[in-house]
Parts: sequence; structure tokens; C-alpha cells
Amino acid sequence: MAINKDSNTYTISFAIILVVLVGGLLAMIANGLKPLQDENLVNEKKQNILNCLPGNKLINRDEAGSLFADYVKQRLILDYNGDVKENTLLDNSTELNNKNSYDAFSIDLLKEYKTIKDEKIRNYPLYICEVDGKTYYVAPVMGKGLWAAVWGFIAIDESGNEISGTVFDHKSETPGLGAEISQDFFEDQFIGKLISNNEDYKPVEVNKPGNPLNEYQVDGISGGTFTSVGVEEMMSRTLIVYHNYIKNLNKS
Amino acid sequence: MSEQAVAVEEKKIIVKEREPLFSKKNKKLISDPLDENNPITIQVLGICSALAVTVQMKAAVVMSVAVLFVLILANVSISLIRNLIPNRIRIIVQLVVVAALVIIVDQVLKAYLFDVSKELSVFVGLIITNCIIMGRLEAFALGNKPWPAALDAIGNSLGYGMVLVIVSFFKELFGSGKLFGFEIFGNATEQTGLYAMGYMDNGLMLLPPSSLILVAVYIWIQKLRNPSLIETH
Repeated sequence: MAINKDSNTYTISFAIILVVLVGGLLAMIANGLKPLQDENLVNEKKQNILNCLPGNKLINRDEAGSLFADYVKQRLILDYNGDVKENTLLDNSTELNNKNSYDAFSIDLLKEYKTIKDEKIRNYPLYICEVDGKTYYVAPVMGKGLWAAVWGFIAIDESGNEISGTVFDHKSETPGLGAEISQDFFEDQFIGKLISNNEDYKPVEVNKPGNPLNEYQVDGISGGTFTSVGVEEMMSRTLIVYHNYIKNLNKS
Repeated sequence: MSEQAVAVEEKKIIVKEREPLFSKKNKKLISDPLDENNPITIQVLGICSALAVTVQMKAAVVMSVAVLFVLILANVSISLIRNLIPNRIRIIVQLVVVAALVIIVDQVLKAYLFDVSKELSVFVGLIITNCIIMGRLEAFALGNKPWPAALDAIGNSLGYGMVLVIVSFFKELFGSGKLFGFEIFGNATEQTGLYAMGYMDNGLMLLPPSSLILVAVYIWIQKLRNPSLIETH
């Protein structure tokens, strides 16, 4: 039987069958792979948190899953004033729970950054870690680069004055330019930089490269100005909360 | 008697049509796009990604492999259903197939090769809009059997990848003094190697316009070697 391939009926039925088939196939694949993808994302977050601690740069994604509880002793959520939110202080014996909104690990910073315009009512998750008997406070930061989100994890030492390590990442910054923020040479510059003169908070500046630097400044990426500005902005906006928290903690 | 003759005749024709897998014609499907019919330098397709993803060699290689993969699958699947596709919506059908393939690739990478998927993040969308893919589906896969379509896909994506890699070689080398991320000219921030002698990276090489210049030089050399490619009108 010859089918008229130019008829409307054939065209429409072909379109419907194709779309249903392709749609079903995609839905099946997406559903089937979801658990694996989620696990990768969770492990990547764990890896980032561990990587910004001193001497931990080489922990890879698979190891991070099991090592996380060894380093991260406590996790909690702060409000904008640097006070601990009720019921959010969990220690490492509590399993990570991405669904529990009291768990610092579950906070989706990107979502909050996009939907909550007022930074004063956003959540500020904090991870209190221990390496070789020393305490470090790991603060996540989230901002925007040239094309899309940039984010990072900043380890602050126990005094609350000094940065001990950073990890930065980005969604889609330009390779070779803005994307360089996730390279070691950029991240390592922050080690030893100050965010406080022991009293007041003073944000780190990301400068145009080539100028002399003081202890509050690092070199930006040449050709990646927007991304560098984004890094500076997100750090300066967010770290004040953690600075206040650590200072208050040390006073009491 | 005459029926038998017709049958024999038919058989002969079928035998005649059968050709070896790598016949001269099929080999040409692979070699042509590398030089005489290069998708970027001669057909000027896929220029957009040639400009965007050539700052680093690594990204260029990853992008080429991704295009190779998607183009083969797309060419073969379109070729398989070429006799079913209604003519009026053929472009939409091609688009659906390419988009579906790209999403599948993306999902699988996210689950099994997470690092590669992060590397690719920006480019996945670019693959869907890569004119080479739609161009090959429309110009070749719709009218040919799966095997030649697969060869055509390999040839074209290799031709595409070759230009990407060559362009990115010069851009990464002169733009940031590195190849595949390894420092070739020394370290720019610590002023070692060539940089100690006052050498500086060329910032233009990191920006898209330099790709246009490099592709133009490539076309120039290519046409110099093969004058038959020069358009006379």
C-alpha cells in the first residue's frame, strides 16, 4: 500500500509519533541517570569544601565522599548578622541530608542568589573543619561572572582575619579568560590574604594584574575583568557575615 | 523464459550496486572534507564555534570529539529514517533528532564522565546550533544509505576538528604561551623563560577576532596550494 507522504495526516502523525518517542526516550534516560548525576554533584560539593582547606588540594571527587566527615566536624547556618539559626548546628555524626532545610549542606546558594534579592534574609551555611588540630571555617560564596554564575569556597582561619585557602568554580566563563579563576595560580594567591585588621572587616580586592599588592589585594585575570569583579563582589558581600560570626565566637 | 531473463538482469544490477565498504567513492567521503571540501574553510559552516572554542587546545579537542560523536549518530539515524520523513517537516525532524542526541550525550556525560561534562558545559548547546550538523543531515544523510552517511559524518567532523585544533594551537601558544595547559614559553606571572627576556603574550589571540584572522590565513594557504579552489567569479 502506497502512503502519500505529502498528506497532512501522514505529516502530523509522523510528527506526533516522533515527538512522543523522542520525549519518552529522553525522560527515561534522564530519570535513569538522575541518581548518578546527583551523587556526582554532592561529591563535587564535598570535594570543593575539602579542597579549599590547607594541604587538601589533591583530594579527588571519589575520595571526598568518604573523607568528608573526617574533616568537617560541624555544619550550621548563619543569618546575616552572623548568628546561628535555630536547630541548624549539626555535627559530623549526623548524616548529610539534602532534603532537610536545617542542614547547611542542603542550602542551594544559587537559587537563593537568584530568587532572594535582599541579602539580609539569605541563608549563610558554614562548615567548621579541622585539619591537623587547627580549626578552619569554610564559607561558600556565590555571585555572577560574565556569562553566568561563579562560586567558591573560602577557608578562614580561627582568628577570623586570614584566608587559608580558596576554591573557585564557574558555570560558563570564557575558557582561557574568566574560566582561569578555577586554576591553582589564581586560587593560591588568596592564601594568607587578610579580610580584617583584627577589628573591622575589610574585603579582599581583586585588582587589575601588574600593580603592586598589599595584604588585602590579589591579581585579577587579564582579559577576565568581569569575572574578577564578580569574584571580588561575592567575597566582599558574603565574608562579612562569617567574619562577624568568628569574631563574636572568639570574644565569648 | 523472459521472466527469468528479467530476474537475472535484476540480480546483476543488485550485484553491481554492491560496493566494497571502503570503495574509492567512500574513501573520498572521508578525505574530501579534510581538504577540498572542508566544512569550515571552504563551505564556511560552523564558523561560530571555530571562533568561540579555540582559545585552548583542550577545549577544541573535546568539542571536536563531541561533534564527531553527535554527527555520526545524527547522520546514521536520519539516513535510516530518510524514506519515512515527510518532506515538509524534514528540518524540524532533523532538529529534533540532533537536539535529542545532544541531550542524551549531555546526560550520559553528567552521570559517567562528570569532569568531561563540566569541560563541555558551554559547548553542548553550541553543538545543537552547529551548522555543519544540520548541513550534513540536509545535504547528505537525507539522500544516502547509513554507511556512506556515517563516513560522511566522520570526514566532516574530522575536517572541522582539524581546523579547530590548528587554530587553537596558534591561539593558545601566542595568547597564553601554553599548549594543552602546559607552559611552553615559561611562566608569565613569575617572569621565567621567554618572559624574562621581555616577551609578552598577545592578548588579541585570546579574543574571537584572532580566529577570523587565523582561519583566513588557513584558507589563503589552502588555496595557494590548490588553485582549483579559487573562485573565479
